[in-house]
Amino acid sequence: MNFKQSFSLALKSLKTSKMRSFLTMLGIIIGVASVIILTSMVDSMKQFMVNEFESMGTNLITVTIKDRGGNRTIEPKDMIELVEQSDTLAAVSPNVTIPAYIKIGSDNQSTTCIGTSETYKDIHNLEISGGRYLSYVEVTQRQKSCVIGSYIANSLFSGMNPMGQYIKINGHNFTVVGVAAEQAGSTQGGQDDRIYLPYTVARSLSNNSRVSSYSVSATDKERLDAAIGEIKTALYKVYQDEDYYTVISLSAIVDTLDELTGTLTMILVGIAGISLLVGGIGIMNIMLVSVTERTREIGVRKSLGATPWNILSQFLVEAATTSGCGGILGIVLGIGGAFLLCSMMDLPTVITLGSVFVAFSVSAIIGIAFGYFPAKKAARLNPIDALRHD
Amino acid sequence: METDPAAHPEVDKMIELRDIYKIYSDGDGEIRALDGISLQIDQGEFVAIVGQSGSGKSTCMNIIGCLDTPTSGSYHLNGIDVSTMNEIELSHIRNQTLGFIFQQYNLLPKLNLLENVELPLIYRGMPQKEREEKAKIALERVGLLDRAKKMPSQLSGGQQQRVSIARALAGDPPVILADEPTGALDSKTGRDVLNFIKKLNDEGTTIVLITHDMSIAEEAKRILRIQDGKIISDQPGRRGIA
Repeated sequence: MNFKQSFSLALKSLKTSKMRSFLTMLGIIIGVASVIILTSMVDSMKQFMVNEFESMGTNLITVTIKDRGGNRTIEPKDMIELVEQSDTLAAVSPNVTIPAYIKIGSDNQSTTCIGTSETYKDIHNLEISGGRYLSYVEVTQRQKSCVIGSYIANSLFSGMNPMGQYIKINGHNFTVVGVAAEQAGSTQGGQDDRIYLPYTVARSLSNNSRVSSYSVSATDKERLDAAIGEIKTALYKVYQDEDYYTVISLSAIVDTLDELTGTLTMILVGIAGISLLVGGIGIMNIMLVSVTERTREIGVRKSLGATPWNILSQFLVEAATTSGCGGILGIVLGIGGAFLLCSMMDLPTVITLGSVFVAFSVSAIIGIAFGYFPAKKAARLNPIDALRHD
Repeated sequence: METDPAAHPEVDKMIELRDIYKIYSDGDGEIRALDGISLQIDQGEFVAIVGQSGSGKSTCMNIIGCLDTPTSGSYHLNGIDVSTMNEIELSHIRNQTLGFIFQQYNLLPKLNLLENVELPLIYRGMPQKEREEKAKIALERVGLLDRAKKMPSQLSGGQQQRVSIARALAGDPPVILADEPTGALDSKTGRDVLNFIKKLNDEGTTIVLITHDMSIAEEAKRILRIQDGKIISDQPGRRGIA
């Protein structure tokens, strides 16, 4: 009896008891579907975060300086000088973040103001939907100009063109010169709930003479490490202690993210793997019942000349077909589920062929592994006892 | 009907048992299901083996049918020593040399008639087209070709037994073993089945029939009586006399 015959026989026996076959497969279906859904969710989440980070600029290096007091300190002019003299660094923007209370006419709300230099737009890949970004002159001359985020534009200037309008920030009047394009759905407290000011103005508003954060861009992605090294060397010269500053690139964060999601995937696949194992035990259980039920059939087949191998392969193929069909249904369910969940969560759907392949082959192997014991039992049956069995 | 071994070529001896013992041991001692049986059945014979239940006739049948191996003694089937064969070799012998007819028909309920009849040919590794051809011929011989696609449960007992006969003869085995073939049938249908078996014998197939019913056994050419694991008589049946 060749494989094709065993296979069609196995399909036939699956068809004749549909309910039982389905319940037997259910463990495998759930196992395979959860492997695919979970890996796809983690990958989609990762993809989403990577996209977010990359939209912020892959060449971006963030420098944070802790206030130490005393004379040892770095001023914006020092950083600008460092960047100007370097081959690997392209631009720098000092960043001063201050909480702000803003008012237009009688409407008011609180938001976050970021003091930047004119280079911030390019370093952070900021898109401008109307007007322009802050200029060099505005920064150096400490002019009270500002660029508002899309959330502010929508909520405070609903319907009105905000360009050229005045906005009161912490009691001072600022002219709106531009509107930043929407970045993250224009939600309150998000990246669109922001106002960009010249950092020189922000410094005086906050009464804080120190700049504690800088955005720096490298000339290109490949020279990121060299760029980071250069900044670190310069900072160490001033502070003589690595604890007073941190220099982080987004790529490093993305790498960390990769590691993190890798671990997460392993854990989730492990959990889903347990349900595959349980599914395999379910198959073994049903196959054992099936062998007992079909003892007489096995006896008849043996009397007609079936070898132990014929019987073994018949039951093995049946177990593998059951788990294989379960695997295919699981893949369909898993891919469908992943698309559904990702679209519900507004994530890009990422389904790796690898996870589908692994899930399917594991399910087929489980069928064979857990089907082997019952199949062996069937093959060993004594034909006389089997024929006498009711 | 006794055949002188010297006067005939070896191949004419279809079944030859010599000093066959089948001994089961149970805790206290041993049970001799077959206690030294020697017998010879020639090609083309129609032999009935008769005995009460527990007489050893079923064990004898199992050994002749290569479903079981004797504790000691030798068994030649169609000139081949099968008493020392392993399970795989015995499967091949069962497949090629023997056809079984059971009391309970033993058709596989999930297969249609044609597929049931094809089974022994599948295990012989015959290609599908040839297999179907042969199975159809066998079904035609028992007059059920028009129902080839029906399931066994759609047939009467007598018809099912005819399908099982078709299955037994599909592979043209030289020997057919019938274990109480009429036991589950009413007397008229049983008679039909028996007549069919006689016809097979007339066409040259060696038949070994196991029964406890003397009126059935009388139809054979030769009757062997078994009691307590021994052959107690060996005489011609009614057909043998005629």
